[in-house]
Amino acid sequence: MENGLVPSRSDMFPAGLRVLVVDDDPTWLKILEKMLKKCSYEVTTCCLATDALDMLRKRKEGFDIVISDVNMPDMDGFKLLEHVGLEMNLPVIMMSVDGEINRVMKGVLHGACDYLLKPIRMKELQNIWQHVVRKKIHEVKDLETHEGSESIQKMRNGLDAFDDSHLLAGGDLASARRRKDLEYHGLDDQDFSDSSAAKKARVVWSIDLHQKFVSAVNHIGLDKVGPKKILDLMNVPWLTRENVASHLQKYRLYLSRLQKQNEPSFGATTQPDFSSMDPSSSFNIQSSTVMHQNNSASCSFGYFGKNMLVQDVSPEVQEVSSKVPFLPVTKSRKALTVDVPYMQKMDNGSRIELANSSGSGKKIKYTLFEPSQPTTPQQHSWGGASPMIQFTKQPKEEQSPPRYPSCQKQHIQADPIKPASSVNFGTSTSEADKVGPSEMKPWRTVYGNSHVRTVSPTSHTVKAQTNAVSAEIFDCMSTSIISPSTKCHSFDQFLNSNLGTQQLNFVSGPILVSPHEDVQLCSLQDHAYVENVGLNNLEFSDYLGPELITDIPSHLNDGLRFNSDYLFDSIEYSTIAEGLFIT
Amino acid sequence: MGSKQLQYQVASMRDTLFKQGYLDEQFVQLEELQDDDNPNFVEDIVKSFFQDSVRSFNNIEKAMESHPFDFEKLDKYMHQFKGSSSSIGAAKIKEESTMFREYCRQGSAEGCLRTFQQLKKEHAILRKKLETYFQLARQAGPTETACRSK
Repeated sequence: MENGLVPSRSDMFPAGLRVLVVDDDPTWLKILEKMLKKCSYEVTTCCLATDALDMLRKRKEGFDIVISDVNMPDMDGFKLLEHVGLEMNLPVIMMSVDGEINRVMKGVLHGACDYLLKPIRMKELQNIWQHVVRKKIHEVKDLETHEGSESIQKMRNGLDAFDDSHLLAGGDLASARRRKDLEYHGLDDQDFSDSSAAKKARVVWSIDLHQKFVSAVNHIGLDKVGPKKILDLMNVPWLTRENVASHLQKYRLYLSRLQKQNEPSFGATTQPDFSSMDPSSSFNIQSSTVMHQNNSASCSFGYFGKNMLVQDVSPEVQEVSSKVPFLPVTKSRKALTVDVPYMQKMDNGSRIELANSSGSGKKIKYTLFEPSQPTTPQQHSWGGASPMIQFTKQPKEEQSPPRYPSCQKQHIQADPIKPASSVNFGTSTSEADKVGPSEMKPWRTVYGNSHVRTVSPTSHTVKAQTNAVSAEIFDCMSTSIISPSTKCHSFDQFLNSNLGTQQLNFVSGPILVSPHEDVQLCSLQDHAYVENVGLNNLEFSDYLGPELITDIPSHLNDGLRFNSDYLFDSIEYSTIAEGLFIT
Repeated sequence: MGSKQLQYQVASMRDTLFKQGYLDEQFVQLEELQDDDNPNFVEDIVKSFFQDSVRSFNNIEKAMESHPFDFEKLDKYMHQFKGSSSSIGAAKIKEESTMFREYCRQGSAEGCLRTFQQLKKEHAILRKKLETYFQLARQAGPTETACRSK
């Protein structure tokens, strides 16, 4: 496996690791060169950032890792970092003589895989090969996700994380080997796609050009940005819309990669392995959101029989919407009642779809949850019901049967779903024809306000629960609420993880979806509920006066009377379980 | 023997440099990097530092000619120089440059000027001390072990 992950020119890895050191300080350059040579690395030194960039461009496959000083006269180390991240996707280690938190943060945010403080010790350099391996792993993951085979990585996570699922999967070794093969395969593929992308692009994004691009993006705002707009703003005559679109796509991937890298620092994930890129890793987020947003139906999941859950969902939603009249939004009443059948319809529809394809009774049960509350299953799988993991994840991950040789039936069942869902997302400009959760989209978009009001009460009250429940979860949630930029990133990220192949089209396509729509879109898929909650909560505080807030809980209670008991019970339940898992 | 005595002298001189706070453990790091491939590694590095500091000093002095001070610029230069001084473990110089940067942050031109003078003084002292040290060490012969003893 190790050899598969590293660019293996020699079997002596990490010996021979090709390191490019960039520092304007000749003394340090000499020291670092010596140190790295002592580590048996292959060292190239460079005292100008611009030269370094040229060198990297000329010899694209010539280096494994870059070590760069932060302060350089010709180019800010951060800028170099950004370019390297954008163009070659190499791991970059930043170094500086002082560790001011904001500088280090800047480095990390720009995608530095490490930030070393001068004087640098050889010990630290001995270990840098790990970043190369890590990057490769991430690339494989990226690739898997981008190509719609997120299942691979999800399953891998499942496999890595849960011994139980190993057992369930059976044929441990066989699947592991296949996994390895896939990784090899992934690497090859990636190289291939890289080169083909390069052929297509043909535009060298010089520093200046990229700077123009970035400032255009910043000017427009990342959420509203589109190739045409950027092109207009950049005002470079020879540049085509396609060039910009492709670069924008890269840039978004770059940002999402950054986001992904940064995510663990929010304390949301328990293991680095579950970096936020992995759909499964957002489980903390999910579980919190489920509680916030999805009302008792989802929470009751753990407690109730499988079929009951599915039934629960719609009544619950109905209840929430029927609360509307209590709220000072009369207009939305109709809309929301109309919506309920949608929900039901969606349940039925997707249930049938799944039921059709599922193999055994047991599996049917699990998959049943999927359509009704996409988030729930996963939450529960994380919450401790480990045997479910496979099944719960399965419906969302469509491809790569090889991973679970013993679960062929599920793959068969999963496959039919894939076309359905991916088509939905891919063509998401026309929303009407969508099954399942997407039906909710028009509702939300059109009746955004009223929806917010119905939902936010729930989130408002339940929030307290979560708070008590786990600070981590809450942290995580609030991070997604806080900044619009985070949202955008996570949006990307969700796209990455959810949409697979479609994602590319989508990203490059009319990204011009308004932030609202982004959110809606995200809400189609499970973990993206975070976004929803975030926005809802935000709007909630904006829209509602204090009197409303005090009003709401009572409505809520009315509404929840029906299943309030197990709502709280199950929340506790899931958190306890989760707590167990985390520790 | 004379050479043994010399070696002893070199060792004690090195010791003093540490004790008086001129050098820090980075210097030891450099010594550890020295090997048969680069038998004069430490000296080369130290030379390189002193050569390069001329450039830094020029930059800083030039920047201090313009009034009012561009503290941001000065800070940047000093940051660079501080990085340099950390390369050979020039502890006192590093301290002065930290102080200089602090004055930059405070916007104290007077503080900057004073500290820079102090820094240059420390710089000159260390240079002289290290020059003597390496000269002696060379006379004492290739006895890295003598220098290495801690």
